[in-house]
Amino acid sequence: MKATGSQIIVESLKKEGVKHIFGYPGGVVLNIFDALYDAKDIKLILTRHEQGATHMADGYARSTGKVGVALVTSGPGATNTVTGIATAAMDSIPIVVLTGQVPTMLIGNDAFQEADIVGITRPCCKYNYLVKDINDLAYTIKEAFYIASSGRPGPVVIDLPKDVSAAQGKFHWPDKLNIRSYHPTLEGNRWMIEKAAEKITRSKKPVIIAGGGVILSGASDELRIFAEFTDIPVTTTLMGIGAFPTNHPLSLGMPGMHGTYYANMAIQESDLLIAVGMRFDDRVTGKIDAFAPNAEIIHIDIDPTSIRKNVDVDIPIVGDSTKVLFTLNQILKDTDKPQWEEIRKAWIKHIDEWKKARPLTYRFDENIIKPQYVIEKLYEATEGDAIIATEVGQNQMWAAQFFKFKKPRTFLSSGGLGTMGYGFPAALGAQVAFPDKTVIDIAGDGSIQMNIQELATAVIYDLPVKVAILNNHYLGMVRQWQELFFNERYSHSYLHEVPDFVKLAEAYGAVGLRAEKPSDVEPVIREALRVRKPVFMDFVIDWKEKVYPMVPAGAPIDQMLFEEEPKTKEEKKLKVIK
Amino acid sequence: MRHTISILVENKFGVLSRVAGLFSGRGYNIESISVGETLDPKISVMTIVTKGEEAIVEQITKQLNKLIDVIKVQDLFEVDHVEREMVLIKVAPPTQLKAEALRLAEIFRGRVVDSSQKTYTIEITGDEKKIEAFAELMKPMGVKEFVRSGKIAIAREKIRQ
Repeated sequence: MKATGSQIIVESLKKEGVKHIFGYPGGVVLNIFDALYDAKDIKLILTRHEQGATHMADGYARSTGKVGVALVTSGPGATNTVTGIATAAMDSIPIVVLTGQVPTMLIGNDAFQEADIVGITRPCCKYNYLVKDINDLAYTIKEAFYIASSGRPGPVVIDLPKDVSAAQGKFHWPDKLNIRSYHPTLEGNRWMIEKAAEKITRSKKPVIIAGGGVILSGASDELRIFAEFTDIPVTTTLMGIGAFPTNHPLSLGMPGMHGTYYANMAIQESDLLIAVGMRFDDRVTGKIDAFAPNAEIIHIDIDPTSIRKNVDVDIPIVGDSTKVLFTLNQILKDTDKPQWEEIRKAWIKHIDEWKKARPLTYRFDENIIKPQYVIEKLYEATEGDAIIATEVGQNQMWAAQFFKFKKPRTFLSSGGLGTMGYGFPAALGAQVAFPDKTVIDIAGDGSIQMNIQELATAVIYDLPVKVAILNNHYLGMVRQWQELFFNERYSHSYLHEVPDFVKLAEAYGAVGLRAEKPSDVEPVIREALRVRKPVFMDFVIDWKEKVYPMVPAGAPIDQMLFEEEPKTKEEKKLKVIK
Repeated sequence: MRHTISILVENKFGVLSRVAGLFSGRGYNIESISVGETLDPKISVMTIVTKGEEAIVEQITKQLNKLIDVIKVQDLFEVDHVEREMVLIKVAPPTQLKAEALRLAEIFRGRVVDSSQKTYTIEITGDEKKIEAFAELMKPMGVKEFVRSGKIAIAREKIRQ
C-alpha cells in the first residue's frame, strides 16, 4: 500500500489498537495531524499543555493496562513532555510519546523549534528512537509498543522528523519482532521458588510487601490466593495500593514514611519479608541499616536491577509476579499440608494488637474541615467504586491512608517522581478510557495550580472528573516538614491568596462548589457526583493539619511520630515514640 | 576493586551516550572506555574500566544488561583475561638523552613512529603496569604529549585438561 509517512504512522497506531491519543499540534507534526483528520477510529484529545497530554496518556495506561499515547510537536512541545516521561519511567508505566522533529537535513543546525529530544529523554525513558527513514517507521512503532509494554514497562519516545512524516513510501506491517538484545525474564527460577516456598513454610512471622509490579503484572488474584492460603499479612506500597483489598483482614495498609503503625511494626518484627514487584524505595525502608533487622528477604521482581539495589536479598527471583506467584502457589499447595492457621496464629494475633493499639485515625472537629474527613466521605459517597487520582503531598498521603481501595488500577498517583500537577490530567486520561466511571482527583491547592489549564480539556471533551481540592493555602507537606524539622520557619510554603476555585471552575464552564464547614462536606460531594460535568470542590480545610503517622526522613520505620492529644503546652510538641 | 567490563552492543548511533549516560546518571565512574566495531559491523564492543565495591559493580553490570541495545555484558574481573592499552608519547629529550630514549623504547618493545629534529613519537602497547613504568622512565625525556587509548581486553580461552 502506497502511503505517506504520516499515514504509515496512523495505520501503525491502528494496528497497535490505539483508540485515543493525547496531543497538541505544531509546525513539524502538521502532516501527522492532517492524516489524523481522516482517521475515524482514533480520537485525538487536544490538551492545553504537552505535560498534560503525557500525564493523560499515563493515567490512561495506569487505569486500563494498555499503552497510553501522546503526540506533540518538536522543541518546546517535546521538552514539555519530559516531566510526564520521567513520571512514567519512575513508576514503570507503558506510554509511547511521539514527538515531531525538524527535517533531517536541519537536525543539529539549531533550527526553529529544534531540541535534541532523544538526547534529553535518554536518561528518563525506557528507550527512544529517531526515525530517519520512512521504511523504518512501521517496524519502529511496533517495537516501541512492545518495549513499552513488556518486561518492566516504561515510556518510549519516538522522534519523527518532518520530512519522514511527509515522505512517500509503502506501508508494511511487520509480522514479528526480533530484538536480539532484549529478552525479559518472565518465568522465575524453579529452584529458587522452591527454596522460597520452603522458607515460607518455616517462617513464624512473615510479611508480604506488594508493590506496583503486582498491578502492572495483573498478579492481584495470585497474590490474594497466596496470602489467604498461607495466612500471611500483606502491606501494599503507595504504588501497590489496590493490589490487595485494603479492607481485607490480612491487609496492613501502606508501609513506610506515612505508613500505618502496624505495617511498619510488622515489617520490623518479621522474620521473613516476601517482596513482590516492589523496589525498596527509601520512602518505604526509612533508615536502610535498621530496616527489617531480623528478616530474611525473598524478592520477586521482573527487573534484575531492582534486586539487591537497596537491600540485601536472601532469595532473589527474577520473573513476572503473576507467573512466579502462580508457581509458588502450586508448590505450596503440593507440600504436606502445614496447618497454616496454627502456625500463624500468634503472629496474626500480635498484628491485631498493633492494629488495635494505633489504628489510622485523626481528630474530628465540628467547626473546621479535616482533610481525612473529606476522604472518608468521598469513600462513603462512592462506596469505593471510583478511580482516584492524586496530586503530590499531603493530599496524596491522606488519600492513600483513608480511601479504601479494593481493586487494582483504581489509584493513580505519581509515586517515584512525586510530580505535582500529575493527578488532574491523569484523572482525565482515566476518564477518557472509562467515560461512565466516577473519577476523582484528590488535590491540594498548590498541586492543582500546576496543570489547572486542563480544565478546558475536561469541559470540551465532556470529561466529568471531580477534583477535591484540600485547600489550606499552603504547600502542606513542605509546611509540615518546616514545622517539624525547621523550627517553624515557613520559608515560601505559604501560597497567600489562591484563586477562587469556584469562580475559576465557572469561568472555564465547569462547576465550582465550596465547603467551609464539616456539615458542608457531604452535600458538596453528593452534588458533585450528581452533575455530569467536571467539578472543582473547594474544601477549606484545617491548614494546621498534618499527615500522621510520620517517620522522619532517615529514621528507622518503627520510630514514628503520632498526633498526640494535647494536654499541656509542653505536650503539644510532638513526641517521638518507639 | 577495579573491574574491566566488556560489553557487546548494537552498533547504532547513540549507544555510546546511552552507556556513558548510565554511568554518569547513576554516579558511577568510568576510568577508561574504548569502543570499536567487531567483525560483524552491526555489533560493537566496548571495554570499560570502572572501580567500585562488589555491590556497585553488580549494579553496574545489571544496569548495563538492562539497556535495550546491550547484547552481552561480561565482567572480566571474574575470569582470566588479557588486557592491552596503547600509548603514543611524544618526547623531546635533551641531546645527551636522545640515545637513552631510543634504548628505553627498545627495552619496552616500543616503536618510534615519528621523529623530528627535536622529538620522537613512540608507540607502546601493554598492560597498565608496563605503560606506567614506561611513562615514569620517560619523564626526564621532556614529555610533550601523552595519549593513551583506554583499555581493551579479552578473556583467555580455557585450556581443556
